[in-house]
Amino acid sequence: MPEILNMLIASVIPLLFILVYAVVILWVEIKVASHVQDRLGYMYTGGFHGWAQPIADLLKLLTKEHITPANSDKILFTLAPFVVFAGSYAAYAALPFTSTFIAANLNVGIFYIIAITSFVVIGILMAGWSSNNKYSLFGAMRSVAQIVSYEIPTALSILTVVIVAGTLNLQEVCQMQKGGLFNWNIFKYPPFMLITFLIYFIASLAEVNRTPFDIPEAESELVAGYHTEYTGMKFAMFYLAEYANMFLVSGISAILFFGGWDSPFGEFLSGPAWGVFWFVSKGLFFVFLQIMLRWTLPRLRVDQLMYVSWKVLTPISFVNIMAVGLWAILK
Amino acid sequence: MATFEITTRSVKGELKTDTMILNMGPQHPSTHGVLRLELVVDGEIIVDVIPHIGYLHRCFEKHAEQMTNYQQVIPYVDRMDYVAAMGNELAYVLAVEKLMGIEVPERVQYIRVIMAELQRIASHLLAIGTYGLDLGAFTPFLWCFREREKILDMFEITCGARLLYNYIWIGGLSHDLPSDFGKKLKDFLKTFPKALKEINDLLTFNKIFIDRTANIGVLPADVAINYGCSGPMLRGSGVKFDLRKNEPYLVYDRFEFDVPIGEGKMGTVGDCWDRYYVRVREMEESLKIIEQAWEQLPPGDVHAAIPKKARPPQGEVYFRTENPRGELGFYIISDGHTSSPFRVKARAPSFVNLSVLPEISRGYMIADLVAILGSVDIVLGEVDR
Amino acid sequence: MQASEIYERIKSKFEDAIVEFKADAIVEPYLEVKPDRIREICEFLRDEPELAFDYLMCLSGVDYANGALGVVYHIYSMKHGHRFVLKVKVPVENPVVQSVESVWKSANWHEREAYDMFGIIFDGHPDLRRILMPYDWPEGSYPLRKDFQVPEFYNGMKIPY
Repeated sequence: MPEILNMLIASVIPLLFILVYAVVILWVEIKVASHVQDRLGYMYTGGFHGWAQPIADLLKLLTKEHITPANSDKILFTLAPFVVFAGSYAAYAALPFTSTFIAANLNVGIFYIIAITSFVVIGILMAGWSSNNKYSLFGAMRSVAQIVSYEIPTALSILTVVIVAGTLNLQEVCQMQKGGLFNWNIFKYPPFMLITFLIYFIASLAEVNRTPFDIPEAESELVAGYHTEYTGMKFAMFYLAEYANMFLVSGISAILFFGGWDSPFGEFLSGPAWGVFWFVSKGLFFVFLQIMLRWTLPRLRVDQLMYVSWKVLTPISFVNIMAVGLWAILK
Repeated sequence: MATFEITTRSVKGELKTDTMILNMGPQHPSTHGVLRLELVVDGEIIVDVIPHIGYLHRCFEKHAEQMTNYQQVIPYVDRMDYVAAMGNELAYVLAVEKLMGIEVPERVQYIRVIMAELQRIASHLLAIGTYGLDLGAFTPFLWCFREREKILDMFEITCGARLLYNYIWIGGLSHDLPSDFGKKLKDFLKTFPKALKEINDLLTFNKIFIDRTANIGVLPADVAINYGCSGPMLRGSGVKFDLRKNEPYLVYDRFEFDVPIGEGKMGTVGDCWDRYYVRVREMEESLKIIEQAWEQLPPGDVHAAIPKKARPPQGEVYFRTENPRGELGFYIISDGHTSSPFRVKARAPSFVNLSVLPEISRGYMIADLVAILGSVDIVLGEVDR
Repeated sequence: MQASEIYERIKSKFEDAIVEFKADAIVEPYLEVKPDRIREICEFLRDEPELAFDYLMCLSGVDYANGALGVVYHIYSMKHGHRFVLKVKVPVENPVVQSVESVWKSANWHEREAYDMFGIIFDGHPDLRRILMPYDWPEGSYPLRKDFQVPEFYNGMKIPY
């Protein structure tokens, strides 16, 4: 009995976190966008700078009609948003929120995460194909090509960290970085870990389909890409999945390179409860960075995207991994 | 309706492929209006583009023949290129004045120059902003529109309208400049160069933007001339031709300004980046013209030469001016005994510039087509009239 | 070069194709030629090095209300900076004009518009179909003609309000 109760609590906590975080980050994204664009953004709903606007948006989306296009594949069409969300939600199981809480303490933690986020690709392809719309199909195919290509630099940079840490278990990776700012992985084997982090950051931008790699949802070319035909709650699921994905990759980069739930001051302000605070803030910082990039840069074309992945990031990450491996052996 | 055959290539041993016909339909976020582009694509590579226009046809030329006098045609002319309306009015009014042989006072000519150049800056700001938006850069769009608002403010205090003015009349203007126009103009002249530098830093010299636009949609100079292109499209291909210098009208021959041409700085001469950069530099030149015009502005009465009834003699005239989008020409036939025009033909720059689109977009990808279309800078109101 | 000199050049080669040269027209002089010789004359104007008319500024259709349609060509030379006006008149019953699309490609869309609005058939145009009006606008109904009657119904919708 307690076993099932444990499992339930362990799975509901990340879900609650995702929901609350999504509402907050929606507001943050629009506000950052507005201030970058020299305007004010949300101001009215709920009083101070429109803090209740995302909640109002959510309520509106809940009440919208579910339109299914004619001649579409109904089963795939309905399942697609859930597959996309499930792919990124399931990966939250292996994230250590703090030293005492991790939903599933897997020995193959990071490997499991890389594998399970591939579900997202299947979901996107289902969405694009079942919409019976040439533009959605284009968006879905581009997205599949992009995500699959960028998984290689991502996996290689994660592999570099695994070489340094010697384990795939994310909780242990965090434990090894305990002790303050200079014990974090990004300062080891300089400058290779820094390069690894940069490669991982750029590749993860492509994994979550954010600008400058947001070809699949390129608004000005394909209307909305693979989720053109979705309305109401299904559309909200896609959005939720995108934001969940954003935090997922930011959280992973925080764990692998920046100490996870470790406090930068060492013993000061550390402890299980503070661990959550530090982990979430580091994750949110990288999410904020992703948002800033979206509103600054134009987007890359599909073949330039492929060029960056295969001809720039992959060779650099190969060289990187060999350098770090050699250094670790010779130490 | 034109028919197309789906071409199939089956060579021995090769996979048989079909080309797909994709419709970038009348409603699309980046076709700048209701334009339908029929794309024949092979995967992502474009084999052919067939533009279908006429969705915004409002029978402007037929209306012009029904008007009771020439003055009444001016609001219709406004609505052709609704983004840069001062240029349209200017071209039409200058054509009628040439036909009638009217001499307008100097003050009117200087004010017309100031308005036309301000309109050029506003129109180029819109072109640049929406071009960035097409390529995914959301922020420069809003910065450009912030500057454009200042110009539209100035227009509003002068003639009451932000977008469609009915300001330039045959023989003069409808209103003189208000008293606070000078202050607003001086503020604008001071703050605009800084804003332009910010936009340049963010968009023009951004590596991703250059990758998207350099070597795309290359238009050779002789093709451009044969297709009748004009304006930044022609100058982007390296042809130094500007109607304000080659066939000066109003008082443009009294000002010192440069004519920027495309030099292939980031790629080939005549690619999208060149056309875009020509527009950016034209804005700087327009600033110079406005400063000089404002200093030399003479006093006078703007209503002095407006005729009671515009009754041109029998004859015809073709007059062209340099609109932000190219060469706008009006061919007016008057039959001498009625006061309404016999035939008014508007030669719109976007109409002619759009016809070169199939030529320059073969062999590129669909994402490039968006970039090429944005660099042609069309306004459907002009294309369809 | 002045318009009269250009006229002399054309006259020396195409004496039989000329209908009239009006030197005192307001605002600029024009030359009227026969509709079935216009393409040769335009090729000559474009290829002759001293004339070098490489830019077609405007091609307009006109309906002269006395039963004749016309096409007016305004051409310009980028190299020398001179301009010229050519005219062609055809009867309404048989409005066929040679197409100059092979000389200046910009004439392609201009001639399609003249066909669409006036019904002038351009002989030799590669793709003569309607450009501004919808593709199923009734044949024989050309909007900019002076005697144009608005059709009563279009696709089942009543047009005059």
